[in-house]
Amino acid sequence: MLRAIVLGFLILILYLFQTALFPFFELGGVVPNLLLVITVSFGLMRGRKEGLFVGFFCGLLIDIFSGFALGPYALLYMYLGYINGFFHRLYYVEDVLLPIIMVAVNDFFYSTVVYIVFYLMRNRLDYGKYFMEIIIPEMIYTMLATLVLYRILMKVNKALKVYEERGDL
Amino acid sequence: MFIMTGVCLLLLLLSLLFKDKLVPLKVVSGSVVVPMQKVINSVGTYVKDKHDMIEELRNLQTENVELKEQLANYKTEAKEHQQDMYELDRLRQLFELSETYPDYDMIGARVISKEAGNWFSTFVIDKGTDDGIDVDCNVMSGYGLVGIVIETGTNWARVRSIVDDTSNVSAMFINNEEFCTVAGNLATLNEGYIDVKYIDKDADVSIGDEIVTSYISDKYFPKITIGYVESITPDANNLTKSARLTPVVDFSNIQEVLVIKKVKQTVD
Repeated sequence: MLRAIVLGFLILILYLFQTALFPFFELGGVVPNLLLVITVSFGLMRGRKEGLFVGFFCGLLIDIFSGFALGPYALLYMYLGYINGFFHRLYYVEDVLLPIIMVAVNDFFYSTVVYIVFYLMRNRLDYGKYFMEIIIPEMIYTMLATLVLYRILMKVNKALKVYEERGDL
Repeated sequence: MFIMTGVCLLLLLLSLLFKDKLVPLKVVSGSVVVPMQKVINSVGTYVKDKHDMIEELRNLQTENVELKEQLANYKTEAKEHQQDMYELDRLRQLFELSETYPDYDMIGARVISKEAGNWFSTFVIDKGTDDGIDVDCNVMSGYGLVGIVIETGTNWARVRSIVDDTSNVSAMFINNEEFCTVAGNLATLNEGYIDVKYIDKDADVSIGDEIVTSYISDKYFPKITIGYVESITPDANNLTKSARLTPVVDFSNIQEVLVIKKVKQTVD
């Protein structure tokens, strides 16, 4: 229960950071995809199920505030969280490299899906240009954000774990 | 996994079928998130202004070593002053614009958040239906057209800017009223210009011409400045020409906008 509340709160905070602090964060016209970082992190740290739910709520939040309908981003983030859950068994607590690589791969995949759904379908064929100007900067920036954010998320997860184990006794 | 996929698809279907039923959800979540965005945004802007200020003060200090002590005392006061000055400058610009377009009843608003991603250029302002803003209201900034309201809540409104990839504005050249369409383009946005399409091949237009909104547009009020022509190329179909346009508004840094409270009347 506490986990759900804390996670919901975290997602909301990251969403606010990503959208409202843009004059502050923006580098070369892009902002890091913080919601993707939390989805990937919890998929890795906690496995498929939790990755799926964290992803679902991240996407749902984006859908509520920007989408033409509820669902597309929720679906996309949900799948990303779920797929990352498969890498849970490769995960070591102190290892930062795996989450960073996973975030990069996921961000690339995410951007490409968004490009295909929202751009390619409208006959915008110049993938190379979008790749250089949107996808690559976002990927690098999100990776940098992961360096900082992942440590924080790891601590939150650890604290939650301690609390839950105490509850079991 | 499969259950959640089903939930998502069901949501998608339901929200597409019953678009009106979504409104309460947006109102509720809007009234929760928007105030928070306002606070965070103002903190961000404040810190940024402060950061700029401190840098400026440092230069002054090296120049005036003797005044160092006094400067420290006046630091806090100067900070507040400087912030007011920035605001004054911006408001003055807005005021001048109000005089150029006297016919429209306008309301000023602050930009409080933008789209959660880098693919679309929409943003949220801190005024909504309570302040008389409706969907399709035109949004302007100190110099010209910014975009159009596409969604409203009681205390917020979402604006799609004209540089958004899905935006199309019916426009014309101000000197000879040749019609064209101004279309946002993400791929060229970083280079500072967007597309102008469907100019008649015989149109007598040249580089540097001013492009404004046309009077045949069913959403935009006529003769609001959009930008200036950067280059013109004939299209492969030999019927039309395309051009590149530099917008007058600096889209990388919009903090305050003006919203025209009236919506253009159309024949239903």
